[in-house]
Amino acid sequence: MTLAIAPNDRPYLPRGVRLHKDKVRGGTVLLAPEKAVALDTIGEAILTRVTGDASFAEIVADLAATYNAPAEQIEGDVQNFLQGLRARVFLMVAQ
Amino acid sequence: MTSVPPPIAMLAELTHRCPLSCPYCSNPIALHGKDTELETDTWARAFDEAAALGVLQLHLSGGEPASRPDLVELTRAAQEAGLYTNLITSGIGLTPKRLDALEEAGLDHIQLSLQGTKAALADRIGGYTGGFDRKMSVAKEISIRGIPLTLNAVMHRQNLDDLDRTIDMAVELGARRLEVACVQFHGWATLNRPALLPTREQTIATKKTVAEAEARLRGTLAFDFVPPDYYSDFPKACMGGWGSTGLNISPDGKVLPCHAAETIEHLSFENIRDKSLYEIWYDSAAFNAYRGTDFLPETCQSCDRLNIDFGGCRCQALAIAGDASATDPVCRKSPDHPKVEALLSEVMANPDDSFTYRKLARTPQ
Repeated sequence: MTLAIAPNDRPYLPRGVRLHKDKVRGGTVLLAPEKAVALDTIGEAILTRVTGDASFAEIVADLAATYNAPAEQIEGDVQNFLQGLRARVFLMVAQ
Repeated sequence: MTSVPPPIAMLAELTHRCPLSCPYCSNPIALHGKDTELETDTWARAFDEAAALGVLQLHLSGGEPASRPDLVELTRAAQEAGLYTNLITSGIGLTPKRLDALEEAGLDHIQLSLQGTKAALADRIGGYTGGFDRKMSVAKEISIRGIPLTLNAVMHRQNLDDLDRTIDMAVELGARRLEVACVQFHGWATLNRPALLPTREQTIATKKTVAEAEARLRGTLAFDFVPPDYYSDFPKACMGGWGSTGLNISPDGKVLPCHAAETIEHLSFENIRDKSLYEIWYDSAAFNAYRGTDFLPETCQSCDRLNIDFGGCRCQALAIAGDASATDPVCRKSPDHPKVEALLSEVMANPDDSFTYRKLARTPQ
């Protein structure tokens, strides 16, 4: 399967994958089956926008507006990040 | 040690009881009976302490954790402690009603073991007639409920040729993840090397099959691959380094740096009944014994992989090289590597498919 996420795709965290505030180390981690991934502020900003309702294009637009950055540049970063998670089945998409 | 990080994962071996008797069980050869097991409240306290210490992932294991009548209660306690809760099970004892209760208690994920892809082989390996069929019906119940599932296929000489079918089965059962876990030789597996050690050809074929399937199924099925380390050039980074990321509590409450640590007989291990997890993790002699890399010999100190594999596995260093501080002898640079080669040649010259099954001794020998 292709991992590329189309503009209208709505990415979501499937059951068993969730964000968790790490009280001991600080920050947010992504908890998945037998894995914990520490998120940097960018990863956290992306994943808090992955609701299952927002489309990929909307997520990119929201990030571009929030961080006052060009959407084209943000789009590549978000695409890479989400594809990495999708490859490990930590992220799924609804069309 | 000045900079010991908090642990990420904890393996709770709730019981050594198990309906199966797999000849590669990672439990120690001296198994603990039911009368020594921690009670529900003590486990619940351990889960709270683990979360406060920094543990994120809790693995409820055994033996067969479903052999504990309080499994649902323990799952709820883990969930309430804020831990990501994973059940490591053979599936035997998980009735539909119990799965419903586990789901309701907040279980996050199930790791289901697979002994083989056909009843005859799987039941012979597990030493439990009818086990495979029961497992398959549990797998379907898990899948119907949408509980995230990992299939843990424990692979060795007698089932490695079935790897293609194993991968297909993982997809059919709706698993998101497949562990191709080639047997590591600790615990009961050391008694069964002649039956379990794969051939070099199988090892090469396995690596190729996993790499191809991983690429083909990216986004559908994620792989975790543990190769047969006797054929590796370098050792595995066992536990990500001793006392650095994970800990294990045995059924009777001993807190261990890994499930095989009790084979290192000169270490003594503290019990969760007597001390807090915090004290044991940071201050106990056993956890500090092999932290970092300072204890390792020159072979490791001068190696550019020092901070990649941390000299490998302490238990294996003791078991094969006779010294828990030595370089893991599976490393091709280890002066003890010929001992691994000798074990391999011995088994390949005299393979023996019969098993010494795991069992609970009624009276200690």
